[in-house]
Amino acid sequence: MYAQMIKSTGQGVKSLDEMEPEERAFQERINAGGKIEPKDWMPDGYRKNLIRQIGQHAHSEIVGQLPEGNWITRAPTLERKAILLAKVQDEAGHGLYLYCAAETLGVTRDDLTRDLLSGKMKYSSIFNYPTLTWADMGAVGWLVDGAAIMNQVPLQRTSYGPYARAMVRICKEESFHQRQGYDIMMKMANGTEAQRRMAQDALNRFWYPSLMMFGPSDKDSVHSAQSMAWKIKMNTNDELRQKFVDQTVPQAEYLGLTVPDEHLKWNEETGHYDFSEPDWTEFFDVLKGNGPCNTERLEARNKAWDEGRWVREGLLAHAAKKRAAKMAAE
Amino acid sequence: MSDPLFEFCCRMGDNTLVLGHRVSEWCGVAPVLEEDIALANTALDLIGQTQLWLGLAGEVEGKGRDADKLAFHRDVWDFRNVLLAEQPNGDFGQTMMRQFLFDSWHLMYLKALMSSSHEQVAAIAEKSVKEVTYHLERSTDTVIGLGDGTTESHERMQKALDRLYPFVGEMFIDDEVDAAMVEAGIAPDPSSLRAEYDAHLDTVLAEATLTKPEDDFAHKGGKTGVRHTEHLGHMLTQMQWLQRAYPDATW
Repeated sequence: MYAQMIKSTGQGVKSLDEMEPEERAFQERINAGGKIEPKDWMPDGYRKNLIRQIGQHAHSEIVGQLPEGNWITRAPTLERKAILLAKVQDEAGHGLYLYCAAETLGVTRDDLTRDLLSGKMKYSSIFNYPTLTWADMGAVGWLVDGAAIMNQVPLQRTSYGPYARAMVRICKEESFHQRQGYDIMMKMANGTEAQRRMAQDALNRFWYPSLMMFGPSDKDSVHSAQSMAWKIKMNTNDELRQKFVDQTVPQAEYLGLTVPDEHLKWNEETGHYDFSEPDWTEFFDVLKGNGPCNTERLEARNKAWDEGRWVREGLLAHAAKKRAAKMAAE
Repeated sequence: MSDPLFEFCCRMGDNTLVLGHRVSEWCGVAPVLEEDIALANTALDLIGQTQLWLGLAGEVEGKGRDADKLAFHRDVWDFRNVLLAEQPNGDFGQTMMRQFLFDSWHLMYLKALMSSSHEQVAAIAEKSVKEVTYHLERSTDTVIGLGDGTTESHERMQKALDRLYPFVGEMFIDDEVDAAMVEAGIAPDPSSLRAEYDAHLDTVLAEATLTKPEDDFAHKGGKTGVRHTEHLGHMLTQMQWLQRAYPDATW
């Protein structure tokens, strides 16, 4: 999940009877599975909530280029390098569609970028963890993209049309990303002793941060209840986390790797795995800016933006000159 | 001299490998999101072309080296890329000027290779032309846009041109490998493309309001491997590190 801890109105979900006619019609349309489009009436809270959620998702795609970019120049074969480049290019493309989807709600990409760079808006906690060996490229694809897909597949049915449509394309690409990550893990897990060690180490470091991607339990959260009523959140964080664990544990077993959780075990009664919660203190530390790479990630984005200013200004100035020349000629 | 066709394939493949690697260094830190996508796309094309050229080089050599073996297990003196390709990225302007100067040559040369007597060379050229046509379109637009943009962007682009122009000449120097390629009908003499290149450069630079340096001095030594710049060794330490640190692993 690339959006975490998204705040809603904080006022709890209204019943249909409590709503004004306009809002009631809006909610009934959502309840009936209809889509809300940019020009339709929508409550302010819905608009703000979506801007936060889509913006955070977009920022995650953009910042998410950095931990993988860290290995593009060290990819071990031409094929792996090409695949990783294609993947990072996809991530930037996802950022682009998502910013476009957010723009239909009345913000600009520049507004959102400013809020990312100032630290006002967040991106997923996962990208504040370092990528230390080549196996981390496998773990990021397998676990991080795997966790993202858990959330994004249901979002293809989200109530806001532009967001749902962006998700359809994103999900197709993400599932390729996950497969390439697992493919790297297979090579590593079946490779030399050093490669197996890298693979296990990557799983050890990325397991709990991946579980954190779904956010803390929100079964009692008013924000979450409102988002679910609006169908911009389709499942609770706990449901998605459980689904992720259930899917991933057999994959780890197939690789011959050990999930770093001594309490992990199959529960016949529930039909799910029991597992340990991640360290939520660490999660809140990362959100506050104290993750291993928060400083580097924001510095890298700010540096890119600042050093790119002359380029953006230059190209805009040229475009303005061309427009003026064209008008003068007409 | 080793087999001239092997040398020729290494020259083509090392150009795309080294430049593709340089462009990939931009991952995630471009001036604007669209440029992140375009840079990754360009790097991806170049790495794909590398697989084909170095793959062919390995076949021609016939000693069991594949494209990866050639890319990751040769040292500086065995690389055959032109010096322009290995120049550091500098700012975005320098990166795009390098790209423009290279693309302009690359497209002309590849178009000529499409009628090569060597079937695989012609096929690789045909595939590459489609990609490089787009590379040149984009690098040309960017050089014009930034050259004729603000005072600052103009100054930076002029500086990039002054810095990189001495590396242009090497792309057009003929040597015995080229002579063997001409003889076999595989590739044209690089010098035969110079006039067309200069004409193209003059047109674009005029529109970009940039001034071509008067001095035609050309650094050389990359395509022969005689003397690369210091930059290439540092690139290889990064690019080849995993392969060399774990030589018994497959990835």
